[in-house]
Amino acid sequence: MKIAILSDIHANREAFEACLADADRRGAQRLVILGDVVGYGADPAWAVWRTMELANAGAIVLRGNHDEAAVAERGGMNPDATAAAAWTRDALDPEAKAFLAALPLEAEEEDRLYVHADAHDPARWHYVRDAEDARRSLDAVQARIVLCGHVHVPALYGLTAAAKLVSFKPVTDVAIPLMRPRRWLAVLGAVGQPRDGDPAAAWAMLDTASSELTIHRVPYDVATAAEKIRHAGLPESLAARLARGR
Amino acid sequence: MARQMLTEGEELDGFRIGARLHVGGMAVLWEATHPDHDGALLVKVPRLAEGEDPAAIVSFEMEQMILPRLSGPHVPRFLGAGGFEVRPYIAMERIPGPSLLPLIEQLPLPFAQIAEVGARVADALDALHRQHVVHLDVKPSNILTRPTGEAVLVDFGLSRHAQLPDLMEEEFRLPYGTAPYMAPEQIMGVRSEPRSDLFALGTMLYFFTTGERPHGDPQRLSGLKRRLWRDPKPPKALRRDCPDWLQEIILRCLEVLPERRHPTAAQLAYDLRHPDQVKLTARARKQKQDGWAKTIQRRFHPDHQPKFARRSNAAEQAASAPIVAVAVDLSAPDPALHEALRTTVGQIMATLPGARLACLNVLRQNRIALDTTLDEAGNNKHLQRLVELKHWAQPLALPEGRATFHVLEAVDPANAILEHARVNGVDHIVMGARAQSLKRRVLGSVSAEVAAEAPCSVTVVRARGAAAEAAARTPETADTPF
Repeated sequence: MKIAILSDIHANREAFEACLADADRRGAQRLVILGDVVGYGADPAWAVWRTMELANAGAIVLRGNHDEAAVAERGGMNPDATAAAAWTRDALDPEAKAFLAALPLEAEEEDRLYVHADAHDPARWHYVRDAEDARRSLDAVQARIVLCGHVHVPALYGLTAAAKLVSFKPVTDVAIPLMRPRRWLAVLGAVGQPRDGDPAAAWAMLDTASSELTIHRVPYDVATAAEKIRHAGLPESLAARLARGR
Repeated sequence: MARQMLTEGEELDGFRIGARLHVGGMAVLWEATHPDHDGALLVKVPRLAEGEDPAAIVSFEMEQMILPRLSGPHVPRFLGAGGFEVRPYIAMERIPGPSLLPLIEQLPLPFAQIAEVGARVADALDALHRQHVVHLDVKPSNILTRPTGEAVLVDFGLSRHAQLPDLMEEEFRLPYGTAPYMAPEQIMGVRSEPRSDLFALGTMLYFFTTGERPHGDPQRLSGLKRRLWRDPKPPKALRRDCPDWLQEIILRCLEVLPERRHPTAAQLAYDLRHPDQVKLTARARKQKQDGWAKTIQRRFHPDHQPKFARRSNAAEQAASAPIVAVAVDLSAPDPALHEALRTTVGQIMATLPGARLACLNVLRQNRIALDTTLDEAGNNKHLQRLVELKHWAQPLALPEGRATFHVLEAVDPANAILEHARVNGVDHIVMGARAQSLKRRVLGSVSAEVAAEAPCSVTVVRARGAAAEAAARTPETADTPF
């Protein structure tokens, strides 16, 4: 089965639509959204509505820290994120907030675990930034493959039988075999706010039959998404960073 | 994890297992057949028993990752695989015939044979490097030959794919490889350098030439590292009649720093196929090893320790050092076109410092009449063309070694250019469009035919000037390509 996995949409309608269309074109049979549907971007109401629609059609949807902040005020975020969270809370209706509040922190399916951040303690929203973080996540769970987001930079970590870790920067559009029985942790790039220097929206396809993961990048209308952020009165830096992909 | 061995007559995912062919250090090879695939196949099973080298598992995983992603005549076709959760194996096409190993019984080999075998192996390495893979275990026993002549590389257990995780590098601190053939940077842990394979091929060429290996067969890491500071005996010291061009090629392959070797396998193949065009340096005539003063300095002086960079991508490196061929028409000189062609070529060569240029001219032969090599005035036509070709290239001011010159004698110019491009792995052909003339209308356009059939990029150059503008206005050019 081909599973499209999207993470960190951040209320970026243009990027979200582009990724969904690309996933459809590439024959995705199932959809998983790893959280942070809202926050930073100017289309939170639409993004939640579209996500609800996808969830009703069978998609797995998880909660991210920005989804949590859109429901109730919480600390620990930088000033831009805090400002965006306050704006997002005003922009969402009670139904949308109820949907976000009810999302699970993680989901398990066959040999895979989906989670927004560090699987060791998902509610604390730790980043998986290096091999040691990846090891902590993998040690904490049983699943052979862990898929997470939150960092906005794609990365892949593999654990050997001798408990050594391989870390790897995935190459776009190249299928990487997640060899059995090794265990793997994949950090997905962001749909709505990439931070690896490539402004194109990122998503991943997992082919469970061949156990291959492919990172795809999709160009989208960055100018419109950025203009909407400016028009909404959100911090300028949130608009400017979309074009830089940083 | 399943550990039981295969037995003859057993069936595995549709593969009927035949005779056991070979028991190697890391894997066992079985003959096999499959109803969906013609001919004899090969099934490779890793050795996983207790106490076996753990590298056997990792190298098997690497081969299972890399082989399915390779294509072309220089690798065995991948047919299927099983993972460790059931029973690990890789099934592939079986290449009939022996490896290059039996050649070792006949050393030293004739020089022409060394160049011929070396060029075929370099072709295979070029094809591999273009698919983002460095082999890292090039040696006679890992090179087979198809009945059609192409060298086939086997055993990708130590290889590295630039676009996939490298499981070997993370797992083992000691370098893995075959001692006589390992490049210095490979010994120091660099696994991403395509020119490591050129060092291994150079070791083979040295062995074929002299009957000895340039750095012996050391069994310890300290012995392996000796090649970082001790240069090998020049081939001429062991075989006095070794030609300059061959010693030049071999010692260039064996340079400690990869930057000093040939930029790509394709350029090495080119040299092996054109001995008369090899640029000779001090390496070519060296009679003995470097003196002790120089050697001790290399070994102990901190400023003389080689530094090895990690490359990111074998294919990128190949793209930055292309072989460019320019076809120059000297039969009806057109100064404006010659100038335009030179400008285009000059720009390409200036942008890509690793590129080399092959200047081609086709000396047309008549199909029926018996050609003489002398013209009416008694001059050698071939030699005359060569002189004119060099004269055309002279303003480019390319250093010796970056440009080679070839007069091809042929009935059909387009075919001759295409053939040269195919045999020599040319990456880019640059040629002029023939001016509007009766000849072109009757014969068709050479550049159009080359552009349509070429195995690589083709740039067709036109002179922009009064004459060219006038030609462009005539209606018949509208539907004539180039």
